[in-house]
Formats: sequence, C-alpha cells, structure tokens
Amino acid sequence: MPTGTVNPPSTQLGWRETSFPSGTGLAIGVLAMQGAFVEHVRVLTKLGAAVREVRLPRDLDGLDGIILPGGESTTIGKLLEAWGVLVPLRRAIARGLPTWGTCAGAILMARDVTDTLPGQPLLSVMDISVRRNAFGRQVQSFETAIVIDGMDTDVPFPAMFIRAPKIESVGPDATAIATLDDGTIVAARQGTWLATSFHPELTSDTRFHAWFLDIARANLEHSLDSGFAGAAMP
Amino acid sequence: MTTITDRPVASQVSANGATGVHDRTESTWAVKRGLAQMLKGGVIMDVVTSDQAKLAEDAGACAVMALERVPADIRKSGGVARMSDPDLIRAICESVTIPVMAKARIGHFVEAQVLEALGVDYIDESEVLTPADDEFHIDKHGFKVPFVCGCRDLGEALRRVGEGAAMIRTKGEAGTGNVVEAVRHARAVLGEIRKIRSLPIEELMTEAKRLGAPYELIREIHSTGVLPVVNFAAGGIATPSDAALMMQIGVDGVFVGSGIFKSENPAKMARAIVMATTHFRDAGIVAEVSRGVGEPMRGLEVASMPAGERLASRGW
Repeated sequence: MPTGTVNPPSTQLGWRETSFPSGTGLAIGVLAMQGAFVEHVRVLTKLGAAVREVRLPRDLDGLDGIILPGGESTTIGKLLEAWGVLVPLRRAIARGLPTWGTCAGAILMARDVTDTLPGQPLLSVMDISVRRNAFGRQVQSFETAIVIDGMDTDVPFPAMFIRAPKIESVGPDATAIATLDDGTIVAARQGTWLATSFHPELTSDTRFHAWFLDIARANLEHSLDSGFAGAAMP
Repeated sequence: MTTITDRPVASQVSANGATGVHDRTESTWAVKRGLAQMLKGGVIMDVVTSDQAKLAEDAGACAVMALERVPADIRKSGGVARMSDPDLIRAICESVTIPVMAKARIGHFVEAQVLEALGVDYIDESEVLTPADDEFHIDKHGFKVPFVCGCRDLGEALRRVGEGAAMIRTKGEAGTGNVVEAVRHARAVLGEIRKIRSLPIEELMTEAKRLGAPYELIREIHSTGVLPVVNFAAGGIATPSDAALMMQIGVDGVFVGSGIFKSENPAKMARAIVMATTHFRDAGIVAEVSRGVGEPMRGLEVASMPAGERLASRGW
C-alpha cells in the first residue's frame, strides 16, 4: 500500500497546529478552511518544508508560499470571507507570493469562473478562465497520466480528476503547462503561481510539490538578492 | 529537484488505474475515495427540498444528503423508509453545485442502481432507512458511484470497506440530536486502530477474527495506523460544539441530519456548525459562532430508548 495515498487520521498529523522552526527550509502555508489540506501538509512535511495550516489572517505572516487545496470552492470561499482572510491573502498573492491551487484552489485563483454561485467570494488573481465541475458529476471522475511542461522530467504525472474544473482559456499573462489529449487545459503557470485541475496530493508522486518548493525557493532567493525580503507579504 | 522515490505511473495510484498518457479510467478506487478526501473538514447536511439544499450550500455545506424525511421525522412517522423519489433527487441535484448524496436501503442494490442512474455523487447505504436485506450488504465494488456506510466499531467499518465502501461514518443514533452514540462509535473505531498499531504481527489474524474484519485491512492498519478511507461522524450532531467535539476526537468531518432543519434557525445553525468544524480547536471561535443561533433541535435520551427503536443496530 503506497502510504502517500492513505488518508491520515485527523489526530495524527496536520490538524494540530504545526510548529514552525525558523530558518530550516521553507515556510509553506496550506489553506485549511475545508478540503484535502492534510494531504498537502503530509507531502510538504515529507519534503522538509515547515508547514502551517492557514485559517486566520495572522497565519499568513512570513510565508514563502501557500497551497490552496482541493475541496468545495463555495465552502472555502465563504470561510475565507467570513474570517477576513480573503483580502489579505489576495494582496499577498498579488504581491508575488508563490501560490499553487489544486482543483477548488485553482477555481479560487482564476480571474474568471463559470458555473459558480452568484456573489461567490473568490481571489480572482490569475489570468485564467475556469469552468467548475466541467467534466460532469462524480461518476465521470477519472484518472490518467499527463506530461507537465516546465517540470524537468518528461515522465508522465499521475493525475486524478474529481468533479474537476477545466481551464477553458489562458490569458496573455499565463501559460498552459498541461493538456489532456483532447486539448483541454488542466494546468497553468503565471510566474510563481500554479493552477491544476487535478490532485498530485492524492498520489504518492511528490514531484509536483518538489517543483512548487523549487519555485518558492527561487522566489525567496530572488527577494533576498534584491533586498526585498518578505516583499511578497503585505 | 528532490529525488523521486516512487515510480511515477498512474497504475500505482490504484489497482485498475491508467497506464498510459492517453488512457482515461473512470471511477477507480482512488477517484472514489478521492471525492471523500475533498469533503474533509466539512459539513454534509441532510436536506429534503431544493430550497433547503440551496440554504445548505449558502451556509457553506461541502455536500448535501438528499432524502424525503430527516431521521427525526422517520422516527416519528414510522412505516418503511425507502430511497427518495427520483424527481426530488433530480431537483436537488439541479439546484446546487456541490456534491449530492442520497440514501439506499441496506442490501437494496436496485435502489443503488437507480441512484447511480440518477447521477448522484455518493450513495449512503444507510441504517436510517428500513433494511431491505437482514443478512447482506450491497457489493459496492460493482458500482461506478462511490458509497459511504455507517459503522459502530472498527470491525463493522472494515467489513464495509471490504465490500467497497470508499468512505465511512459513525452511525451514532440518527434523529435524536444526542451525540453520545456518535462519540461512542468514533472512540470505538479510533481506539481499536490504536490497539492494532500496538499488537505484534503474529496476533493480527486472531484480532481480525475477533473483530470480524478482513485480515488484509487489519495488516494495512497495523502498518499505516489509519483507516484506508475517510471517516466522518454522523448521528446526533446538533450544535457547533457537537461538531467540534467530534473533530477533536479525530474524525475527518461531520454529517448533520435533523440537527439543522429541526433547529429554530436553520440558516444560522448551519453556518455556525460549518464555522465550528473549520475552527474546531479554537474554543474562542466556537463560542463566538454559537452565540445567537437559536434553539437546537429537541433531543432524545438514547439510554431509555427501546432496543427496537435504535437505528444503529441495523447493519451486519
């Protein structure tokens, strides 16, 4: 049994406040309003990052990157707004905080979303258009393998699509980095931001998380070099 | 770049997973279990109309359970409780964008086939409805749609997983507004997992025999220390504190059945339970969201309930 696909019990990992050893590795936040955030915490911890679950505005301080997990985008958006996290998170991302949204997280990041609720709170930062539940209901959920442009490997990545969104178009600021064989865009990049329709955190393949950590590290080093340490934060 | 230790092929993800770049495989075990993983940290609410479903979605429910009567009303009216009217399920599916679950009777695989044909996202093979088979549950591996099943202890949970359930919930005692049975069942499951973790390997077969659970799953829990599927609490959760209690005990999320629409102010109660489930460790926030939510549903004492009225004893 590959342990990477096993769901940890809430008491064992991730649900408790993770401590934050300063200076060791990268400080990565995982938005923990609702959804599969523990799965991201496990992979990031395995890769040596210091991980913090983000539920309140103060949890955003000092992060080198943040992951917006899969879950229900309507639920997560409402909780972001109710606890005053929406605006400071949007500001931090807009200032360049490395950010990766999986599934619901990609919906929250997209500038344009089809088939969501009227008035739904969204971050609306990334130059992509996303259609929610675009592949259909759960019985149409599937898995496949895809190649990611820009990751330094051409070994296909296992991709699970669960009531997944499609990236219907990519604006001039963003780039499509993965498509299905019918041309559907399922991953995009814009600078230090990644959006994926699928769920690397549900597999035992850690390459996508390692890639995101590389992006966050490069961004941190660049900020330090330019004398703008913490420039990504408000 | 961090070293890749695992073989990056999709076939590793599940037994019948895709093996090439262009293959698409629907309804794999990983995909069935994966939807439950997306529901974690959330609240799944029982609804009986499209309006209630919309209210639940607006309050932040991560999914809804479509049924004709909430458990408290099933208790009151008696008779045979069956799968809901397909028109009602369709209407609820069309009224919300979040996942929709629906209940089939234990062992009633044709009700399950009908629910799959209607396109529901998850089927609850539920003791809240009147069982259709007093010996056997549905073979859930045979379906494209994933199933959630109730349990009172680890043996029951693993028998259901063995039959193909991709998500587990405690049974609790539905329709009572009394959380005591859900606590008992969650503690039983989690306590038995802790015990298995501590056993020497040669004692696992006898433990499997004692629990009436598949040996392979006992072996898996011995090495991973966790259930192989997501585990929610259900049956009697009626307040924000009840939800936070179950989360602190160690479940992954909560079902609220009668607790919302049998309370004085369903919209406020629904929202407060969602908030308490996210911030379950922050008593200040649980206190804040619990203010002004109105009267919770009126509860029933389970201890004085005749055995025949207990729904949790259904299931084998």
